Amino acid sequence: MMPINQVYLLFCAALIALGVAAFFLARARASQLRTHGAAMVAQPDQYAWFSVVTTAGPALLVAALSAFVLLLLGADIPTLYLLGASLAVAVVGLLIGLSQVRPDFHARQAIERVIRGILAAAAMVSIVTTLGILISIVFEALRFFQMQSFWEFITGTTWAPGNSFLAAAGRADEGASAAQFGSVPLFAGTFIITLIAMLVAIPIGLMAAIYMAEFAPAQVRTLAKPVLEVLAGIPTVVYGFFAAITVAPIIVDAAGFFGLDASFNNALAPGIVMGIMIIPFISSLSDDVINAVPDSMREGSLALGMTKAETIISVVLPVAIPGIISASLLAVSRALGETMIVVMAAGMRPNLTANPLEDMTTVTVRIVAALTGDQEFESAETLSAFALGLVLFVVTLALNMVSVIMIRRFREKYRSNDL
Amino acid sequence: MSQSFDEITAQLKHRHRRTARLKWLSMGALALAATFLVVFISDMLVKGLPAFQQAQIQVEVTYSEQSQQMPPAAVNEDVRRLVSRGFLRTLPMSMRDNPDLMGTTRLEWVLADSAVDQYLKGHHTRLKDDQRAVVDDLLAKGQVALKFNTRFFTAGDSKMPELAGIASAAIGTIMTMIVTMLVCFPIGVMTALYLEEFAPDNWLTQVIEININNLAAVPSILFGLLGLAIYINFFGVPRSTPLVGGLTLALMTLPVIIIATRTALRSVPDTIRQAAFGVGCSRWQVVRDHVLPLSFPGILTGSIIGLAQAMGETAPLIIIGMVAFIPDVSASFSDAATVMPAQIFTWAGEPDRAFTEKTAGGILVLLAVLISLNATAVWMRKKFERRW
Repeated sequence: MMPINQVYLLFCAALIALGVAAFFLARARASQLRTHGAAMVAQPDQYAWFSVVTTAGPALLVAALSAFVLLLLGADIPTLYLLGASLAVAVVGLLIGLSQVRPDFHARQAIERVIRGILAAAAMVSIVTTLGILISIVFEALRFFQMQSFWEFITGTTWAPGNSFLAAAGRADEGASAAQFGSVPLFAGTFIITLIAMLVAIPIGLMAAIYMAEFAPAQVRTLAKPVLEVLAGIPTVVYGFFAAITVAPIIVDAAGFFGLDASFNNALAPGIVMGIMIIPFISSLSDDVINAVPDSMREGSLALGMTKAETIISVVLPVAIPGIISASLLAVSRALGETMIVVMAAGMRPNLTANPLEDMTTVTVRIVAALTGDQEFESAETLSAFALGLVLFVVTLALNMVSVIMIRRFREKYRSNDL
Repeated sequence: MSQSFDEITAQLKHRHRRTARLKWLSMGALALAATFLVVFISDMLVKGLPAFQQAQIQVEVTYSEQSQQMPPAAVNEDVRRLVSRGFLRTLPMSMRDNPDLMGTTRLEWVLADSAVDQYLKGHHTRLKDDQRAVVDDLLAKGQVALKFNTRFFTAGDSKMPELAGIASAAIGTIMTMIVTMLVCFPIGVMTALYLEEFAPDNWLTQVIEININNLAAVPSILFGLLGLAIYINFFGVPRSTPLVGGLTLALMTLPVIIIATRTALRSVPDTIRQAAFGVGCSRWQVVRDHVLPLSFPGILTGSIIGLAQAMGETAPLIIIGMVAFIPDVSASFSDAATVMPAQIFTWAGEPDRAFTEKTAGGILVLLAVLISLNATAVWMRKKFERRW
């Protein structure tokens, strides 16, 4: 039995040799036909490439399929047989390719069809990815809901997965109290941190967009855009560090100054920093929308004697509002799914409170906590991550859909193709 | 409806004041955003720049049989606790590699303990009073100094802050990015080519388009769940490796590259396509010989931005276990590795104060790389931008 690497190398070498042979044989044959005066519908090179495709394509398919069967289904086929079979397919393909070097064969169109097929297959990867996300999450989430009741998960107010590992180890009776998976405190925490982030990001982002679109001179625009892009390009782990090390202590001190008691894992710090992270997102989308409002509307308003502020507030913004809402919804979906900032700066303790100075946890924090612990994969705590992930996926998907519909309406109404 | 001229003038003044107010308010919002950036960068500089310097201490090192057996015996008792334990631990090895050292005593600059380092940088340390006195004394004699921290760039992770470096994470990032780009660049460009140049306008095409837009907005952590459930649990790709990390990030970066490539393809004017069709090119020939070369700079720019985004991503990698403790530079795509953002995350969780400095130092390096990548993209866009 040869090692798999050698089989692989041998296969590649043989296939390349056959492909090169196919290319030159087909080209020689086509050139020969042409010099004998036949009127060919394609160039010799095109026949040559077609032969390469018929040689390598089916052989690669056979090899990939058999590798898939071998690795995944654990079928026991000797690799040497597979090697032989796929190379035999390649030789047959070579002969077919050569036999197609005929004056009336449209080699160029055949290549065109193959290329179109390959490109379409590449385009399917994104569909497969979405399906992959859905399947991976839904299956594991279903296993979770077999262990825990769905109703309890949606409405319960206590998230205490602590003892689920005993159940997974078959020692459920020893646990002092049963694990509880009530996700309401997690959603509440996520909601409050998202709300804080939006309270920071939407006003600042929108105002910055108004300034850039309506007031700023060209030089300021060219300077401000890259600055905002830098803000958007900072990795979230860096924002998380900033929130935990710099912002949280400031908030604790400030709260102490007013005689309030703040936790070092308070919800305000990650919320504010997340808001800062989202500012460029809102400002650049709103900037595009405001720029897409037709100038004729501004001119009409100014011609009626409205001042610039009145034009912006009562003409431009009402027109742009669907686009702005769409941008804000996208921003909300981003804040809901944001992980690193909350993992580093928010708390771990599920805490059902509306006080932003207390520590609270979010859905994404618990997903990370459940999957980085040293739990068995089969335990309810690990699987709970997938149930939470499913909720996150559904909510963000819905937000994106609504946002896309709103921006499409705006686009159709004002026939703007820039969005 | 009779208003005096004065009333109207006053009203007008008020209305113009409102415009000025809106202008200043909106300008203030932009300035505030810029201020955040300045505060943030300067905070990172203040916290991170000290990480590029590390305390070293000049001590007499005795290379003898005894120090081979018991490394701490190699240095004087009064400075024993001031020298890095990592240095002492590697002493027997360096003696084995250089037998000439045996029996000599040399005055050498060696790495100091992180407590000394923090003391010199003016932070709170666990040094005792008598140790402080020794350090102050050595400082006066010029035998303790802050020197450029080359270890930070050449060493892997360590539990001792004075030994920790970002090299293994940097190599891990490079390997992960190689996998990511090898997978998502061809697939992304091919998808965009299909959608822009080849696809018929039917329901399947629309489904693919909507799907790509949705994929771009899916929270990154969900790609980690996909990587865990499908790559690791189903296909059996080894955990924590650049291979699985790269594959996961590739799916995440795919929509970015597709969208950027489509924009670049769309900016090629239709007249070029029509001219090529006019002289008898097939569709693939038009794309290969005209559209693709003309849009290539745009595609490259978009890919660099996608690469920078993938490079800063942490959440999905935590899920697939790339936060491992990696002291050595990994050699293969199927060995456990860590990446720079994950290293920053790990260090940020260390209780030792000296690691805060390392974290900020790592952040500065990462930001420098990302900003130069983005600057390259902007520069390329400027240089190759063509107005038709």
